[in-house]
Amino acid sequence: MPFGLLKFGLTKTYPARRILPRQHDLKSRYDVVIIGAGGHGLATAYYLATRYGITNVAVLDKGYLGGGNTARNTAIIRANYLTPEGVAFYKESMDLWRGLSDEFDLNILYSTRGHLTLAHTDGALRTARWRAEVNKHLGVDSDLIYPDEIARLCPQLDLSKNVRYPILGALHHPPGATARHDAVAWGYAEGAARHGVEIHQHTEVTGIHVQGGRVTGVETTRGAIECGQVLQAVAGASSLVARMAGLKLPIKTIPLQACVSVPLKPFLDPIIVSGSLHTYIWQTTRGELVMGGATDPYPLYSTRSTLDFKEGLMAHILELFPFLSEVRVNRQWAGMADMTPDFSPVMGMTPIGGYYIDSGWGTWGFKATPVAGFRMAECIANNRQPDLLHPFRIGRFETFSQVGEKGAASVGH
Amino acid sequence: MTARLAPPYGLLLDRDRSIRFSFEGQPIEGYAGDTIASALAANDIWLLSRSFKYHRPRGILSMAGDDANTLVQLPDEPNVLADLHRISDGLAVTGQHYTGSLRSDGGQWIERIAKFLPVGFYYRAFHKPRGIWDFWEKRIRARAGLGTVNEAVRGRYYDKEYAFAEVAVVGAGAAGVAAAIEAARAGRQVVLIERQPILGGALNHARVDARATRGVDLAGALAEDLAAVEDRITILTDATCTGLFDDNLLAVVTGNRLIKLRAEQVVLATGAIEQPMVFANNDLPGIMMGSAAQRLLWLYAVRPGRHAVVVTVNGDGYGVALDLAEAGVTVQAIVDLRTAAAPDSRVEEAVSRRYPILQGFTVDRAIANAGGHHLAGVDLVPAEKDDMATPARRHIACDLLCMAVGWAPAASLAAHAGAAVTYDETANSFTVADLPPTIHATGALAGIWNTDDAIAHGRHTGRRAAGSHGEPTAKTDAAQLSVSAPFPCSETGDGKAFVDFDEDLTPEDIRNSIAEGFDHIELLKRFSTVGMGPSQGRQSVTNALRLLCRETGQAIQESQGWTNRPPAFPEKIGQLAGRGFDPVRKTPMHDRHLEAGAGMMVAGNWLRPVGYGSNLSEAAIAEARAVRNGVGLIDVSTLGGIDLRGPDVVEFLNRLYTMDYTKQPVGRGRYALMCDMTGTVMDDGVACRMAQDHFYVTATTGNSDGVYRSMLQWNAQWRLEVDIANMTGAFAAVNIAGPQSRKVLGPLCEGIDLSAAGFPYMAVGEASVAGMPARIMRVGFVGELGYEIHVPAGYGEALWDALTDAGRPYHCRPFGVEAQRILRLEKGHIIIGQDTDGLTHPHEAGMGWAIGKRKPFFVGKRAIDIQMARGLERVLVGFTLPPQTAVLPEECHLVFKGEDIVGRVTSIVRSPTLGQPIGMAYTAPDRAEPGMPILIKGPMGRYIQGTVAALPFYDPENRRQAG
Repeated sequence: MPFGLLKFGLTKTYPARRILPRQHDLKSRYDVVIIGAGGHGLATAYYLATRYGITNVAVLDKGYLGGGNTARNTAIIRANYLTPEGVAFYKESMDLWRGLSDEFDLNILYSTRGHLTLAHTDGALRTARWRAEVNKHLGVDSDLIYPDEIARLCPQLDLSKNVRYPILGALHHPPGATARHDAVAWGYAEGAARHGVEIHQHTEVTGIHVQGGRVTGVETTRGAIECGQVLQAVAGASSLVARMAGLKLPIKTIPLQACVSVPLKPFLDPIIVSGSLHTYIWQTTRGELVMGGATDPYPLYSTRSTLDFKEGLMAHILELFPFLSEVRVNRQWAGMADMTPDFSPVMGMTPIGGYYIDSGWGTWGFKATPVAGFRMAECIANNRQPDLLHPFRIGRFETFSQVGEKGAASVGH
Repeated sequence: MTARLAPPYGLLLDRDRSIRFSFEGQPIEGYAGDTIASALAANDIWLLSRSFKYHRPRGILSMAGDDANTLVQLPDEPNVLADLHRISDGLAVTGQHYTGSLRSDGGQWIERIAKFLPVGFYYRAFHKPRGIWDFWEKRIRARAGLGTVNEAVRGRYYDKEYAFAEVAVVGAGAAGVAAAIEAARAGRQVVLIERQPILGGALNHARVDARATRGVDLAGALAEDLAAVEDRITILTDATCTGLFDDNLLAVVTGNRLIKLRAEQVVLATGAIEQPMVFANNDLPGIMMGSAAQRLLWLYAVRPGRHAVVVTVNGDGYGVALDLAEAGVTVQAIVDLRTAAAPDSRVEEAVSRRYPILQGFTVDRAIANAGGHHLAGVDLVPAEKDDMATPARRHIACDLLCMAVGWAPAASLAAHAGAAVTYDETANSFTVADLPPTIHATGALAGIWNTDDAIAHGRHTGRRAAGSHGEPTAKTDAAQLSVSAPFPCSETGDGKAFVDFDEDLTPEDIRNSIAEGFDHIELLKRFSTVGMGPSQGRQSVTNALRLLCRETGQAIQESQGWTNRPPAFPEKIGQLAGRGFDPVRKTPMHDRHLEAGAGMMVAGNWLRPVGYGSNLSEAAIAEARAVRNGVGLIDVSTLGGIDLRGPDVVEFLNRLYTMDYTKQPVGRGRYALMCDMTGTVMDDGVACRMAQDHFYVTATTGNSDGVYRSMLQWNAQWRLEVDIANMTGAFAAVNIAGPQSRKVLGPLCEGIDLSAAGFPYMAVGEASVAGMPARIMRVGFVGELGYEIHVPAGYGEALWDALTDAGRPYHCRPFGVEAQRILRLEKGHIIIGQDTDGLTHPHEAGMGWAIGKRKPFFVGKRAIDIQMARGLERVLVGFTLPPQTAVLPEECHLVFKGEDIVGRVTSIVRSPTLGQPIGMAYTAPDRAEPGMPILIKGPMGRYIQGTVAALPFYDPENRRQAG
């Protein structure tokens, strides 16, 4: 019996710790307003408060805390990217991830499972080797492995050669991990609130005030707020919120769907991704299979589900694991992915003074939650683009200085 | 088998057919038509499963597949609903999620330490010291999950059907059948979808009034009406509608088939789900919904118990008591939570029969028998604690407790369609509103609980869906017929009371979650996992929401129900996948390649020969030598071919490709390089001018669909006068290459003078080859004299044979993709996608020569100009390694300048022609001069130094291909 549970058994009344803070009245002025109480926004607030002592901060959300893509992602954490800039960034994120349960004193169920990106074509094999080489050079554990080794790591995979897309190899990333996605937001929220940050759920920003090239406040459904600094961290609605500030972003918003199965006894340890088959699958601690695939084929602001997505995805799941045909899908949902031209985020300073952006998170935002918060807090506190975020600056598209990560995207887009 | 009730009980049974199966190894007998649960119940087996967290015994709850208490394991299939799955001979059923045996589950100890495992306990511990979670997670995972996957299952047959309906009706209860009849009467083609094997829904088992047979009579009348319009109704029974998607696309699962049904209008008559009551030990086998008891009786002829108590707030509960008594069950008590029953013929009948009725009472707790596996009695207490008028606590022995305390509309599909599903405080239930105009709700889903009203409303809805309006029905007022208790939750008794059976959640768990700040229904769900189990909250959401609102003081009407996500009922992965459809494209010469011993590889949708022979790397070298020294054939049918015709064809090509086609004469081909708007190289091919206004443009194998799509997309914007036809696959094509190729092709070719002067490099034309109409191009991808011959696909094999025969005297041999890669690398030709990547612009790839200098525009020009103004950051070069290099770097090994990654190897091969390793790689522009060193981090992280070399490596004067 772990020590942390004893108090629940030994007290008469439930020792509630109140993980999520109470709702406050909205003040008319804060130093910093963060739009979006998802993982990224809350993480930024947390690091602003804990690392920079900036606590007069309001985090606003139009819905409930962590109810956007924080609630909808499929919780895969990895750093096996393609560009040196991307690898360095996600590597720092993984370093932060490993310490979060400890830092929050809340178990976010961070689970190192190993991550396999299967290659079914010689082109995919080349990309896998490219990623492995860049990763290794930058100190990220990745390697190109072949069917014998794949069979050892995941004996359940169909490795036969007479299938439509035989598995030729895989990029193996041993530190690949998952975590309880909601708990990450709760941990950041609790920590931020403990330091005085206010979190206002069901408080929608309806306008952003800019005067003389500087942000001066925001308009909300609960009244106006004056502030000197504003961060938008609203994956799925980045372009819409940026437009309120007068910014145009090179982002297309496309639904991304996923499913979970009915719980099963554990049989699958690693996270399995197939880019060629637009499929990924892993098994949660509860026993559900989490399955996802490519983004929808067209831009849309909607989280509706579609049947054809599920049909295509499941056909490919069976290519990899034929025996899953008798397993049942329990739930299907969608999130909205803010896709950038180069499959890298758009972060940091903007042409508007005091207005910061954390966007373009496409299908890769969850794993970046800690580092995005950590570095955006630095950016806001110092009012300067951190070096690590320089490659992801908003202005890079004007000169086509892109950070091409399409080759490292899990699935098709 | 213990005695079953005689007909008319057992509507679904075929008593002439006995079925033998087993449960937990014990042989069991049932009838055809039985479900696993009904057959077991008939044999007095009530314990079916163990619960998720505490491993408590569970049994029949809804008898309708609405709960997870009956999930059992089949050899090949985990998590099977025993109350829906019909038995078959030899079926081996076991329980799941237990240690030891189902009856004596070693996992039950967990309940004894339940207090140490509060809601969300895993968030509170197991993480200190750092790293210890890895240890705990394995142990927690082993205890989680439900059924077990059989990894040996292979290749079950599943398929799909595409169907259409003018009106689709989901649910064949009274309202649904009435709607279907009226829509068909109005002339519409109707599809009626029913989850059960027979039509009629609750009419088959519910007691709609004092007379036992009234429901069956109504069903009979509806069946007659239905028969009169049967030519316009397709009836699908045993068919479950699992999803309602945009534009009225219904997913219907039946047997091993997924029907994708598109309907003009949809009538949802999905009915309602009876809701449980929360009290101590409310999960004991023997406690079930009133409707479950009625289903057991009427559908399966099984007596659900011997001594029954019914707890109720509505006439349905009294109906249950009447049914039970008539089937020989002793009704010990009807416990009515209300102090006075609303007028109802069933209440009056029960009163007149002098059943013991306890008004103003509630269940304090249920008590298990000695084995702990079944209900043995209930303790009752006054419903209002301070109600002094009622006599105090009493105990009643019983082996059956029927819960009839209210209903929730089966609103999943309505919610998928975008309906607002909100709680109505007068009806004490959810209601459905704001459906899209082509989707209609009727029956209990629409809050209509009286059967006659439901039929009238169903008829009206059917007419409305058919487009004719007819008479409006009387407006039904949900409040007038409230059938649900406002708060069917009693927390006085000892023992665990469950709000969510799937997840073993108690009211305390819900309150504790709220105390932790999870005070919105969605947050509550995520923290406590209420509603996240296999039954998707069908029986927990209503009570959880009631508890949440009571605890927080929120107005329940304003609280939102949670998002209802598809599927409405779990779908098998095999059903969704169907037979799969990933087309494999084979060229017309595919069989010839196999006959010649080719090893095949995936290339886009196609299969292509890698090479011919058992050792493919040796074969590639031999094939390459054959092409250099004699002649070889390669099947290039997989190349994209697009015909562009029209007066604006040149303008179109000039905009889309980087080169200038204005002055290209008829009868000539020209290289074609395509970029996207960011200047990234996308594809290449050859644009052949077949006539003044006709080009035939080739594209790479993997990209041809993308090129075609891109052409259509751009021309939708430009609106140039050009026709774009994708001919990929319509032509078969062969490239014959090598110094002897003219000699092989010459005798076969009529209509073109193949001499160097008559048909020079990059000439194109139409001719007859071995009597077949052909387009011929002189191209030089492999760097030798060569011709690409395109013939209609039907001639492909004949062309291949003709060339093979004609080539025999010259030792002509087929060559595959690998040999072609060697040859083109020797010649310094790039492969798009291998020697370029997602950001490569033409200058980086050394393709600046392919950009028309004087063109004002082409797709990507502006982006390329901006990037060139910034300066080149990398450039593709050729390089060589010393011949004695033992271990070569591989493609995508990195190129360094000091510590900085400046590029990667894109292609590398040991050149048979040059006798040393050659390759192409990106490197820094200041390291790109021939003769400079290039530093590559090779296998095992060892650095290898090569030398930058001028491209091409082979025949830089192009004498061979011009020959």
